[in-house]
Amino acid sequence: MAEKPRLKIPKEAKKGEVIEIKTLLPHVMESGQRKDKDGQTIPRKIINKFACEFNGKSVFVANMEPAIAANPFMQFYAKVEESGTFKFTWTDDDGTVTTAEEKITVS
Amino acid sequence: MRQLSRRDALALGASGAALTVTGWNTSAFAAAKEAAEQIEKFTGGKTAEKGKVSIELPEIAENGNTVPLSVTVDAPMTADNYVSEILIVADGNPNPGVATFHLSPMAGKAEASTRIRLAATQNIIAVAKTSKGEFFTNQKLVKVTIGGCGG
Repeated sequence: MAEKPRLKIPKEAKKGEVIEIKTLLPHVMESGQRKDKDGQTIPRKIINKFACEFNGKSVFVANMEPAIAANPFMQFYAKVEESGTFKFTWTDDDGTVTTAEEKITVS
Repeated sequence: MRQLSRRDALALGASGAALTVTGWNTSAFAAAKEAAEQIEKFTGGKTAEKGKVSIELPEIAENGNTVPLSVTVDAPMTADNYVSEILIVADGNPNPGVATFHLSPMAGKAEASTRIRLAATQNIIAVAKTSKGEFFTNQKLVKVTIGGCGG
């Protein structure tokens, strides 16, 4: 089920620069509001949490509700003072955790 | 368009007569109330000052299934004074909660964008909390042509 997330993040930055990060995880984000053709409610299944850490420290966390569109997209910023690794995690209602990492060189 | 303005919602509440309205309107009324409750829970009963928060949304969203949303808070992001949380609610969705962003000073900028679902024409309300315990808020009306919550 784990789909590959898409990341857009610079490989290099200057010390103290505020960089833009874009992430997207392919996911249905089933809202729990829809009914199938037999009139049965399709159970909710969404990514309820997205988190971004840099060198183990939290940068940005989003707690998401079913009102987040399918293929949850997040754009946010990070101020980088040193080279390191960004770690991204997406947590599904069913407990599945998808992770991704991206290195950045800061000069 | 089945639409319930804030004024209608208040009128409904005051008269207490929800007999002739459709189920949809009743749920929209409930959502607006729930949205207000969520905001109150977030601020701990404090009144959020209007301003500093800007919400970017299309004026008319043709497809409620995916509506681009961008929230910016005009506030510093330093280690001892930063925007720590941003709550976003949609007062006309079946569940008004949209998302809560938690930021650290490392975010550098109090801004985030995502894509949201909107069931109908409604207000999007954003409330920002700073590390000093201040609250700022703003709201924006978005017109939705085709609702995005299925059903």
